[in-house]
Amino acid sequence: MSAITSYLKSLALLELLGGMRVTIGYFFKPKFTIMYPEEKTPKSNRFRGLLALRRYPNGEERCIACKLCEAVCPALAITIDSEQRDDGTRRTTRFDIDLFKCIFCGFCEESCPVDSIVGTDVHEYHMEERSESVITKPQLLALGDRLEQQLAADRQQDAPYR
Amino acid sequence: MAEIRNYTMNFGPQHPAAHGVLRLVLEMDGEVVRHADPHIGLLHRGTEKLAESKPYNQSIAYMDRLDYVSMMCNEHAYVRSIEQLLGVEAPIRAQYIRTMFDEITRILNHLMWLGTHALDLGAMTLFLYAFREREQLMDCYEAVSGARLHATYYRPGGVYRDLPDTMPQFRESKWTKGKGLKQANEWRSGSLLDFIEAFAQDFPTRVAEYETLLTDNRIWKQRTVGIGEVSPERALQLGFTGPMLRGSGLAWDLRKKQPYAAYADLDFDIPVGTNGDCYDRYLVRMEELTQSNRIIQQCVTWLRSNPGPVTVDNHKVVPPSRQSMKEGMENLIHHFKLFTEGYIVPEGEAYAAVEAPKGEFGAYIVSDGSNKPFRLHLRAPGFAHLSAMNEMVKGHMLADVVAVIGTQDIVFGEIDR
Repeated sequence: MSAITSYLKSLALLELLGGMRVTIGYFFKPKFTIMYPEEKTPKSNRFRGLLALRRYPNGEERCIACKLCEAVCPALAITIDSEQRDDGTRRTTRFDIDLFKCIFCGFCEESCPVDSIVGTDVHEYHMEERSESVITKPQLLALGDRLEQQLAADRQQDAPYR
Repeated sequence: MAEIRNYTMNFGPQHPAAHGVLRLVLEMDGEVVRHADPHIGLLHRGTEKLAESKPYNQSIAYMDRLDYVSMMCNEHAYVRSIEQLLGVEAPIRAQYIRTMFDEITRILNHLMWLGTHALDLGAMTLFLYAFREREQLMDCYEAVSGARLHATYYRPGGVYRDLPDTMPQFRESKWTKGKGLKQANEWRSGSLLDFIEAFAQDFPTRVAEYETLLTDNRIWKQRTVGIGEVSPERALQLGFTGPMLRGSGLAWDLRKKQPYAAYADLDFDIPVGTNGDCYDRYLVRMEELTQSNRIIQQCVTWLRSNPGPVTVDNHKVVPPSRQSMKEGMENLIHHFKLFTEGYIVPEGEAYAAVEAPKGEFGAYIVSDGSNKPFRLHLRAPGFAHLSAMNEMVKGHMLADVVAVIGTQDIVFGEIDR
């Protein structure tokens, strides 16, 4: 008996029709896709994208050239040179990040004692020449300046967890 | 009469069904495979050797990149191995978080497998559906760690940060507004746990859809039933683990046999197959989706009612909180010490394994008492499975090679390491 019913079921293409019902059902449902890049998926405040350097509200750069990020970077993507500035504070003279080496693990942000180096929510960037993969201190600071409001808000929101 | 000889052909390394950079040298007799010879090494990055030159914590980021579709499980094995050497144990909340994310990872991995396996065998729709669900889970990854794939979230002694209380929300745009926006943000109004719970409630219906599309489908059955059969005895001899072993009918699962993290307290079943063919392994993995979902639901309930620390209070291993680091001299010293030198691990060796979605993923560390591992070896389940390729495809047709590669759930990151 079961052989006959399974034969009949098979002949009636039931399982294929069942599958088609699912797909046709989705045909009439709203789409899941979004219109990238005009529209973007939401990003968490912990997002680790392109790195940037921040400043204090008074405009002074945060980085004190302690080189913790350079030491902790697993991919050796960060290169720092430092010197004493005229006012006696230690500052970086060179802060290079090689984006080809960076693996966006976030250890640098974790290690930074002054919240200077941070992962922004920028995940889309391009370069036109190979040499542009190394981003320098002015570029990092400029990116930080541009996104400061967002960066500060994200850090504030995440502070209780860190 | 013309001389008939076997034809040798290359499958991959750029074949879309080779799941990465697999190169198979196939000896063909017409359409039938007589011998298959997998060549590996095209994705070799020297992770084990690299780890020898870095303090322990820095290699966590590289563990994600081994089996790059089950990221947190790899981290878990590595981190557990370090914890064994150090003699620290993560707090219970961290154990539950790890359990939950291991299971999220399992669903992520199985969805990836399901989508690509079905795509290889000619079912395109499922690929799109599976990736839709993966997107939700990757949002969980991102909410907790900041990265969609390579999380770097587990640490020796716990996890980096506690689960967030908010989820990022969709913004209004020309295309998404009003009711559509409300629908898109429906799960995102609460905490991460609310989001995961909403997902877990919805997921069984999704699995039912996948099953409708595949399980009884005659084309799917023709492509998978009786393909790549492995007997239980042979599966053991070949060193199979995970769904490959369970598909052959052996109920071996580290989560049950050697419980780690919080698995001992959770209620779940181990599905097993009977025939050991591609179809049975498909059924096993589908059931694992459901079981993982069950575990996630239990973890969510537990995590809701049990707040607490997520890292051990031992600043020789785990850096102090940012606030205390900025206020206390001693904490600042700990912070600097940990991020430059790392921690000293006592001399000895340890092996810790987890039930990764693909099978037993283990990390074996030999320590010589310094801050870097003397030797790290990673046991990748995919390597043992790929070694059985010849045995599984011998005598099958060329098109079945694709089914076998799919069923082995091969990812080259972990095989080549």
